[in-house]
Amino acid sequence: TSMAGRGRGRGRGQMTFNVEAVGIGKGDALPPPTLQPSPLFPALERRAAPLPGGEEGEYMLALKQELRRAMRGLPYFVKPGAPRRDIERYSDKYQLSSPVDSAIDWNPDWRRLPRELKIRVRRPRKGRTAPLIPKQHMALDKEETIKKLESLEKKEEEVTSEEEEEKEEEEEGKEEEEEEYDEEEHEEETDYVLSYFDNGESFGPDSDDNGDEAVY
Amino acid sequence: MTQAELRLCSLLLHEHFGEIVEKVGNSLLRTGPRPLRLLVGDTGLLSDQVKKALCVLIQHNLVRYEVQPRGSVEYEARSERILRILRYPRYIYTAKTLYGDPGELLVEELLLHGHLSMSCAVARVADRLTETMEDGKAMDYAEVSGTFVRLADTHFIQRCPMVPEIPPSSAKVPLPPAPALAIAEKDMYVVPRLSLVGKGKRRHSGDEEEEGEHKAKRQKQEGGSSETPPDDGIYWQVNLERFHQHFRDQALVSAVASRMDQTSSEVVRTMLRMSEVTTASGASHTQPLSSNEIFRSLPAGYNIGKQVLDQYLALLADDPLEFVGKSGDSGGGTYTVKVIWGPRASQAPPSPFPHLSLIPVLPHRFGSRCARIFRLLLRKKHLEQKQVEDFAMILAKEAKDMLHRMLSENLVSLQEIPKTPDHAPSRTFYLYTVNVMAAARMLLHRCYKSVANLMERRQHEMRENKRLLEKSQRVEAILASMQATGAEAAQLHEVEEMISGPERQQLETLKRNVNKMDASENQVDETIFVLESFIESTMKRL
Repeated sequence: TSMAGRGRGRGRGQMTFNVEAVGIGKGDALPPPTLQPSPLFPALERRAAPLPGGEEGEYMLALKQELRRAMRGLPYFVKPGAPRRDIERYSDKYQLSSPVDSAIDWNPDWRRLPRELKIRVRRPRKGRTAPLIPKQHMALDKEETIKKLESLEKKEEEVTSEEEEEKEEEEEGKEEEEEEYDEEEHEEETDYVLSYFDNGESFGPDSDDNGDEAVY
Repeated sequence: MTQAELRLCSLLLHEHFGEIVEKVGNSLLRTGPRPLRLLVGDTGLLSDQVKKALCVLIQHNLVRYEVQPRGSVEYEARSERILRILRYPRYIYTAKTLYGDPGELLVEELLLHGHLSMSCAVARVADRLTETMEDGKAMDYAEVSGTFVRLADTHFIQRCPMVPEIPPSSAKVPLPPAPALAIAEKDMYVVPRLSLVGKGKRRHSGDEEEEGEHKAKRQKQEGGSSETPPDDGIYWQVNLERFHQHFRDQALVSAVASRMDQTSSEVVRTMLRMSEVTTASGASHTQPLSSNEIFRSLPAGYNIGKQVLDQYLALLADDPLEFVGKSGDSGGGTYTVKVIWGPRASQAPPSPFPHLSLIPVLPHRFGSRCARIFRLLLRKKHLEQKQVEDFAMILAKEAKDMLHRMLSENLVSLQEIPKTPDHAPSRTFYLYTVNVMAAARMLLHRCYKSVANLMERRQHEMRENKRLLEKSQRVEAILASMQATGAEAAQLHEVEEMISGPERQQLETLKRNVNKMDASENQVDETIFVLESFIESTMKRL
């Protein structure tokens, strides 16, 4: 603990050690006791040294900002689900674009993870609703061909993020595991083909672009 | 873990992975290892959200898991690893200086994704490099593969622990709740034999049908890549420790250069390069290298004679800072480089390296005379008040004031040496001394706080200007699409005018400030590295 103690300021009391040895001469006034926490922004006694400039510093700065931007766009950046709508709408049941939290946007190697963590993998669904229905009712032997065609079709599409492409590459080896989960957790409990349903709201709460926060 | 570290970890997780991952990480950091259901309870998040967050954290090596004896799985946050997110730019830049663009992108992809298979990493990097090339050209997988192999050979990347093979006979045995990942030391840098054939592809926005055909053809050529890849289950991650070793070597070389000359530093650099993979992490010296071997390994441009080299080696070995030690006489004399940071076990004076970093901080916060006192105490170890005044040539009143300030900040401490058994105050020496470990820890703590403050302020600035930033981005987007459709200069100008002069000014200021804060964060991380290395290596010797 510090040297603050009783007797301070009151005509200096006795201390357990010889104060002269630490340079407090006889008769010297000690600074007054501190009665409040130090100010939030204490006065700057001297300015900080300038940052080292140079090519290395510039490049690393650019890297840092680029990394930040990139990571916000990756599926590892887990966005909270959209807030619940005020009224539960009939169309919610058919909204494919609603962010279902019980799905993960990338395909981890589930063999490497504890089994309790396994959840459904969300396939890229931008504008493609048809594959979902046929998949569930298709016999297993036709599955492979359909999937190959689907993934080729999907690759033709203008994909807006690299990650979805990667997902497709990774998914190709892991269709069976995914299938298990699609069947277990039905989204659609309806006879209607989803692609026919359009409630006119083309923007869903699940907009994948980072509209909410600008990134530098 | 200190509050400062916790706060910084929170900020880093939030910035790179979002609020949900941050909440989960935070809970683990603050309350310690726990199972899933407790985490769900603590964070108040949905079970699936917590699972997702854990998947992300495990993927990026920020959280580890362990199966408990009773079968539940416990998750533990790796705080020191979370702090490394700050250093990602430095790892990537280093890879660029050593292995060029392919090296840079490989390390970047591995850091962005936590871990990847070689086939995946090579494909992604080839694609990215192809984007930057002229039309019609593409990056060949072979070149990227080659760089990948070099990174593995020099240990900058390593294989992740693997899922154990399940023998077919135990099909009836229930699977464990979590795999026990493991890897043998000898396998850590073994690159699987793959024939990765192909070139990077561009992301085309036009003529999709043709694209589809080409892609289908390419798939067939690559030999059924829709099946499981040849290196299935073999993943790679960045070996941060190896980069740290490289940073330490760099610091050593530049210390030699500033103390002696360029040539001496080149000799030391050569010795370190020869010992890159043979020096065990945590070893205090490199393996002995003979002067003949060193001579043969000098870089091509260096035309110094063998005798001159021997003279340099002798000089280096004689230097009191003992960068290099002579270990024997065979092969023209064998030498080692001392790589440990911190005081040596022997009576030799402590390593200069931690002091090199402690000292720059002082003049800026405490003044150059404080720094002088500090250096004095480092050299002389223990001094009385009076002696400090005399040696430092500073007035008593000022010296006293500075010493007390440094004392209150834990940069110096007071030691009592009693002259008599009764410890009477009047017959006791009171000596000022630098407790290097305490000072290092205090400074490190300060660094964590600084970075956290910088991050918070930077995010605050962005939030304050959010509206303007969004407007600016919209205008940029409009301009870009107008230019693509060939709009006239007058029209473009009109759109540009949507952002007023003062607004432009505001954006400029914002950009300048944000850049400054980002650059400062990088700068402070350099100091964090030095201090952590020092503390870690000193602790190892205790």
